[in-house]
Amino acid sequence: MTGLVRVRGLTRRFGAACVLDSLDLDIAPGEIVALLGRSGAGKTTLLRTLAGLDPAPPDAEIVLPHPISMVFQEPRLLPWKSVWRNVALGLSGPDPRGRAEAALHEVGLGQRLDAWPATLSGGEAQRVALARALVRAPRLLLLDEPFAALDALTRMRMHALVGDLWRAHAPTTLMVTHDVDEAVLLADRCVVLEGGRLTTDLRVELASPRRHGHPRFVALRQNLLAALGVDVH
Amino acid sequence: MRIRISFVARRLISPLLILAAWQAASWLGAFSPRVLAPPSAILMAAWKLAASGALLHHLLVSLGRVVAGLGIGLALGSALALVAGLSRLGEDIVDAPMQMLRTLPFLGLVPLFILWFGIGETPKIALVALGSTFPIYLNLFAGIRGVDRRLVEAGQVFGLDRAGLIRHVILPGALPSALVGLRYALGVAWLSLVVAEQINANAGIGFLIADARDFLRTDIIVVGLLVYAMLGLVADALVRALERRALRGRPSLLPMGSA
Repeated sequence: MTGLVRVRGLTRRFGAACVLDSLDLDIAPGEIVALLGRSGAGKTTLLRTLAGLDPAPPDAEIVLPHPISMVFQEPRLLPWKSVWRNVALGLSGPDPRGRAEAALHEVGLGQRLDAWPATLSGGEAQRVALARALVRAPRLLLLDEPFAALDALTRMRMHALVGDLWRAHAPTTLMVTHDVDEAVLLADRCVVLEGGRLTTDLRVELASPRRHGHPRFVALRQNLLAALGVDVH
Repeated sequence: MRIRISFVARRLISPLLILAAWQAASWLGAFSPRVLAPPSAILMAAWKLAASGALLHHLLVSLGRVVAGLGIGLALGSALALVAGLSRLGEDIVDAPMQMLRTLPFLGLVPLFILWFGIGETPKIALVALGSTFPIYLNLFAGIRGVDRRLVEAGQVFGLDRAGLIRHVILPGALPSALVGLRYALGVAWLSLVVAEQINANAGIGFLIADARDFLRTDIIVVGLLVYAMLGLVADALVRALERRALRGRPSLLPMGSA
């Protein structure tokens, strides 16, 4: 199968520290990949390099589709633009307003089109950020711990929303997360970044809807925690 | 409502008492009108100047100088801040001389300005322009450089080119600083005007004051000072209104608890 994303030999150094050490990564079209790793393992560096925010080293082979969208850990909405204008930011093509409105209806914010970002709750703001990423019909969606800053209840609602959106749009996704449960719940594949390379690559083959108590869910979770160096026994 | 009225009344007590004491001291001959005219005389002088149209005439002349000088300062300061703020090369070329020039006490340049521009309108407008350029430049430059890096990155990811980033992210992000600069510039502009109008003016509020000084008319001098003060207040209120309009939706301007 030809990969939509193909990375070979990606190395990034910050001073003496080698954050990414000749890293290889393949993502198939439509696949949702969760990227796990300890704090400081280089997950965000990898994502930023793919997003074009950090310069790609010339000796690495990086094949990416276009367009790419991203949701950051914080919503990063422009406070001086109304919600729908934030979603329509940089949007080319016909009827940006109509497309922005449709995307906001999809994330359940059809009634807040003209609101200012400062008046939104944390969960609402992150839903706007999600709408802003999806409205561009990205062929690759990068998520940098998008739910980490939300409270537990809001995060559960976001998981359900994201599940629905994935079924509707099926964007190829690379999602950085700290949360092993979140990874097993949402992803088709979980990879662990350790020592600058992807050391663990597990396929999540669970029937939908996935349940936390399912024995295979628990087994996968423990495998991943072990790969992250967390001893659960 | 009752609380509010009594609050306003309480705030007015001491200014009214001071005015009454001033008036009484003047009546009792504690100081001569040559030192300081009593409030009643000031009020009379203001009324006469207003009724004869002289006050309006001088006011318009002064206002014209401030508007012209501030306009030039705003254009110059903004242009330089954009050049320095948006490119490293621009910063290297523009910022060093601006930082050196801004340490000059610009009001000390009056003698040079008279030599260069004569004694007409030009040196007066030039002084206002020079004084207001620096606050505009410094604040807009700092505002551009202080724009949230994370918002710029978001703009980049969503396909904004350089022009789009400047228009949608950098300039709106720098706007609060730029407005602080504008308010500061307004203050400096009035100050420059007061100084500029003391030199060889034949119209304007400063001329009114200088002329009154020659005739020991302290009442007219105080009227002139009050007009300056009121112009400053009005200008500040205008910029505040502009801020409220331009910074709609920003967190700092939302009433507490509305989020």
